[in-house]
Amino acid sequence: MKLKGKVAVISGAAGAMGAVEAKLFAQEGAKVLLGDLVEEDGNRVAGEIEASGGQALFHRLDVTKESDWVAAIAAAEERFGPVDVLINNAGVYRTTVIDQTTVADWDDIMAINARGVFLGTKCVIPSMRRAGAGSIVNISSTAGLVGNAVEGAYTASKGAVRMFSKAAAIHYAAEGIRVNSVHPGVIDTKMVEHLMADPELGPLVMSKIPMGRMGTAAEVAKMVLFLASDDSSYTTGSELVVDGGYSAQ
Amino acid sequence: MRLLDKVALVTGGGGDIGGAQARLFARERARVVVTDVAEEAGQRVATEIAAAGGSAIFVRLDVAQESDWEAAVRASVDRFGGVDVLVNNAGIYQTDPIEHTALDTWERVMGVNIGGAFLGTKAVIPSMRGRGGGAIVNVASTTALVGSKRSSAYGASKAALLSLSRHTAIQHAADGIRANTLVPGPVETEMIAENLATPEGKAASVARVPLGRLAAPTEIAYAALYLASDASSYVTGTHLVVDGGLTAQ
Repeated sequence: MKLKGKVAVISGAAGAMGAVEAKLFAQEGAKVLLGDLVEEDGNRVAGEIEASGGQALFHRLDVTKESDWVAAIAAAEERFGPVDVLINNAGVYRTTVIDQTTVADWDDIMAINARGVFLGTKCVIPSMRRAGAGSIVNISSTAGLVGNAVEGAYTASKGAVRMFSKAAAIHYAAEGIRVNSVHPGVIDTKMVEHLMADPELGPLVMSKIPMGRMGTAAEVAKMVLFLASDDSSYTTGSELVVDGGYSAQ
Repeated sequence: MRLLDKVALVTGGGGDIGGAQARLFARERARVVVTDVAEEAGQRVATEIAAAGGSAIFVRLDVAQESDWEAAVRASVDRFGGVDVLVNNAGIYQTDPIEHTALDTWERVMGVNIGGAFLGTKAVIPSMRGRGGGAIVNVASTTALVGSKRSSAYGASKAALLSLSRHTAIQHAADGIRANTLVPGPVETEMIAENLATPEGKAASVARVPLGRLAAPTEIAYAALYLASDASSYVTGTHLVVDGGLTAQ
């Protein structure tokens, strides 16, 4: 029970990766607030956690809206107590060739992936102060570490998450709030279904993964658990890569 | 029980960090091969583990000697059936600045810190391959990532570990062997006791650490456990920094 008694907020918790994180956290004893835009799926995941004996609450959350964050954190605190753990997991993936990317596309991707992480961090700090300490895990990507030809805006947004995490880590270290980024490679979820089904791009991407397979959401969730728990009590401002060796080449 | 039935060989197992790793791994049900050149210290760790109900043997190992490695791996196979986890933790510290470093000092530090990890990796690969895979954890230092006023060979040898891990990861991904580098910041150990002997020395050691304290050896051991266990099954060719935010600035 690595998160016994802790209160965790997870954004994008109705999606494949967020839902696996929420379930794992609940199994490890956390009380989980699941934030997401997709109410039906979010409620279903929360219901599944409750049905298996865990504690969970769904709250609608558009990560680009500050008022939504304020309400979600307040709901978590009212129901479970001050927030110990925040997982900024919500994100959007779109392949965009730079010279064909519209400003609207760019702004949309940056708003969800970068602004969402900023707002979540900003809004959870007062609650973590009340908790006495905290751990924030920001889900970036290998695209936040190395470049590629088809993800211009996405890469920029994930690079922003990487450096924002370090800035926040330095700023809040004295208050016992740790901040780290996680960099998954190609993970077998709906997000990359389209990419991996492409007859040209799919095999090309797969050939670049030394382990020869996609990662699973569970494998990412276990890294997130390590960072959320006290097992990583001296780890802050770090970037943890879970990519089957993709970015080591 | 995160290492149930795994055989873990830890070098420098008589030291503070290696000892903490060996004890933690044994608590997680690994069978531990504690190795060190310091026989008394290494034997004591193995005896303590056995007294606490764990499974451990001590084998004398000078990591810079290939014949010692052959004997250590043979002992692991004879006693426990093989090697699943290797932690290349043994290292020697060195604080002379470059212009005052003798060539034989350089070669001695390189021989142990990077030569030892190379020989260890080479020695365990046949056993790991035969068992369907394994995990290698190379223990470096933040001097692998940033410069310092003291040391020459130490930082260079630790930086070389990053490359060794990546090359091992790429060359042996298909064998199911993962290799990663653990990068600790300042840890309260005998190795840096001289630096910590005076209040000024201790203050200088933590001055640039955002978390404002040194790490305990167990905090490094938990990170090694994560990398050694199946929780990190999609993590290879990367490094995990546990430095209280030191290198995020």
